[in-house]
Amino acid sequence: MRNMNIKSIQQWFSRAGELVNEFYNAPYRSAIARAKRDEDDLFMMLVFSEMMGVPNPASYYTLELQPLMLERFHDWHQRMGMEHSPLDHFRCC
Amino acid sequence: MNAIFVMLLGLAAMFLGYVFYSKFVAEKIYKLDPNFKTPAHEFEDGVDFVPTNKYVLWGHHFTSVAGAAPIIGPAIAVIWGWVPAFLWVIFGTIFFAGVHDAGAIWASNRNKAKSMGNLTGDVVSKRAQTLFMIVIFLVLLMVNAVFATAISGLLVKFPSSVIPVWGAIFVALIIGQIIFRKWMGLGTVSILGVVALYLLIWAGPSAPLSLPETVGGLTDNASWVLILFGYAAIASLLPVWMLLQPRDYINGLQLFIGLILLYAAVLLLGPDMTAPAFNTNLPENTPSMLPLLFVTIACGAISGFHGLVASGTTSKQLDKETDLRFVGYFGAIGEGSLSLATIIAACAGFATLADWEAVYSSFGQGGVAAFVEGGANIISQGVGLDNEIAETLLTVMAVLFAGTTMDTGLRLQRYIFQEWGNIYNISWMQKALPATLLAVISCVALAFGAGSDGSGGLAIWPLFGTTNQLLAGLTLMVITVMLVRLGRPMYVTLLPLIFLLIMTVFALFIQLKGFYMEENWFLFGLDIVVLIAAVWIALEATSALSNLKKEQKS
Repeated sequence: MRNMNIKSIQQWFSRAGELVNEFYNAPYRSAIARAKRDEDDLFMMLVFSEMMGVPNPASYYTLELQPLMLERFHDWHQRMGMEHSPLDHFRCC
Repeated sequence: MNAIFVMLLGLAAMFLGYVFYSKFVAEKIYKLDPNFKTPAHEFEDGVDFVPTNKYVLWGHHFTSVAGAAPIIGPAIAVIWGWVPAFLWVIFGTIFFAGVHDAGAIWASNRNKAKSMGNLTGDVVSKRAQTLFMIVIFLVLLMVNAVFATAISGLLVKFPSSVIPVWGAIFVALIIGQIIFRKWMGLGTVSILGVVALYLLIWAGPSAPLSLPETVGGLTDNASWVLILFGYAAIASLLPVWMLLQPRDYINGLQLFIGLILLYAAVLLLGPDMTAPAFNTNLPENTPSMLPLLFVTIACGAISGFHGLVASGTTSKQLDKETDLRFVGYFGAIGEGSLSLATIIAACAGFATLADWEAVYSSFGQGGVAAFVEGGANIISQGVGLDNEIAETLLTVMAVLFAGTTMDTGLRLQRYIFQEWGNIYNISWMQKALPATLLAVISCVALAFGAGSDGSGGLAIWPLFGTTNQLLAGLTLMVITVMLVRLGRPMYVTLLPLIFLLIMTVFALFIQLKGFYMEENWFLFGLDIVVLIAAVWIALEATSALSNLKKEQKS
C-alpha cells in the first residue's frame, strides 16, 4: 500500500515536471529553433566555403561532411527561394 | 462596503460568465467542434505547430496577456470612484474580452492559424491589413513609452525596489544559463529562482538606492527612462533563451504568487472600501468619466493586444477546438481578476478617504503607485508582512511585468523596422542593431514628448488605451465578418464593436481638446493620427458589412 502511494506520488511529480517544462519551453520554441537554424546555416556555409572561392584550411576534413549536409542543403536552397542548387559543383535536385 | 464582498461579487460574476455566457458563445455562435482538425495537428512540426495541453496553453496565454497594463489602467480609473471601474472590468471581461479573445483564437484556428494581421487582409481587405499594421505600430510605440514612464515613476517613488528590480535581471540571466546548459532540472531552478528573488525583495528596504535628482539637466525620472531604454535595447538584441525566456517564466510564477497573496490578504483582513463609490469630489482637470473610463481601462476589460497573442502563438498550439473556450475566455477572466485585485488594492488599502484623495490628487496621478501603497497596506495588515517589504514586493511585481513587455515590445518594433527595410529596399534598416536604435529613438522621443521627465505623469495613458481598443475593434471586425459569411448571428461581436468605436472616437475628441488646451502639440498630432485610424476602421467595417449584405441578397 505504502509503495503504491510513493509510486503514484512519483508519477504525479514527473507529470508536473513535464507540464512545467512545457510551460517554460513552448512560448520560445520557434524563436530558438530559428536561431539554431541560422547557426546551422553558418556552419553549412563553412563546409561549402571552398566552392564559393573562400579558402578553408580545414577543407580536407569538411569535405567528409558534405554528404551529411545533403538534406539540409536541399532545405536551405528551397527556403532561400532557389529551385535548384546555386553551386556549380554541387548538384542537389 | 467591505472589500471581501466586492471581491466575491466580482469573482462570482466572472465565473458565472464563464459557465453560462461562454458556453452559449462557444456552442451557438462559434459552434466549436471537438472533431475539427486544428492547425496544431494539421501542420504539426514540433516547432511552431505543437498540440499542447490546455492547462499549459492557458498558462501561457494568461501570462503573456496579463502584464502591467491591467494594473495601471484600473489604478488610474478608480479616480471616478470604484463602482464604475468595477462594473466596466466585470462586464467588459464577460461580454467583451472573453468573446474577443476566444474569437481571435477561433478565427485564427479556422484559417490555418494565420496571424490577425494576415487574416484582416484575407477576410476584410488589403486596405484593412495596412491599417492593422499601422495600429500595431502605434500600440507598440506607446506601450514602450508608457511603461518606461510608469517604471521610472515607481523606481523614484520606491527606492527600496531598485536593487531587487535590477537584481531580478541577474537572477534571470543565471537561470537561463543553468537551464540552457542543463545543469539542473527546471523544478529545482524555479524554486531557487523564486527564493533568490524574494531574498532580494526582503533585502531591498535595507539598501534603498536613488539617482541624484538632476544629472546634466535631466531629472531622475528622465535618467531612469534613458537607462531603461538602454537596457531594453540590449535585452531585445540578446538571444531569447538568455534573458527573455527565464524572465518571462519567473514573471509567470510571480503573477500567480502575487494574485494569491493579494486575494488571501483581502480575505484575511476584510478591509472597507474607503474610496468613494462614485467620486463627486473630482480633482480639477479630470476629464469626464464617459467616455474616458472605457479607454483608461483597456487591458482588464478588453484589449486588442490579446488578439495578437491569441492568433500569433496560441492558435498554433491548440489541441482541440473546444479547448479555446477555456484558454481564451478563461484567460480573459484571469486578467479580469488581476484588474479586480488592483481596484480593491487601490480603493480599500487606504485608512481614510482623505488619505485616498491625497494620492489621487489629479488625473493620471495615483495610478500604479496607489496600487502598490494600497496593496502593501492590505498585505502587511492581512498576512503580517512588513509594510516596506510588501511595498517592495508589489513594486517589483509591477516593474517586472512592465519591463518584460518593454523587451518584447522593442523586439517586435525592431522586426517591423526590419520588414520595412525589406519592403523599401533600405539595406541598413534590415540589420538588427540600426533597427533597434530606430525603435529606441522613436520610443524615447514619444516618452519625452509625453512628459516622462516627471512633468507629465501618465498623460499618454488614455491615448494608449484608445489605440489598444482600436486594435480590439479590428479583431472584432474580422470575427464579425466571418460570422456573417457563415450565416450566424453577429450581434455578439458587432455590439461590442460598435460600442468600442463610439467610445474611442468620442474619447479621442475629448483628449484632442485637452491636448490643445495644454498646447501639447506632440500628443495633439498623435491623437489626430489615431483619430484618422479610428474613423478609417469604422468606414472599413461599414463597407465590409454592407458588401456582405449585398452579396447575400444577390
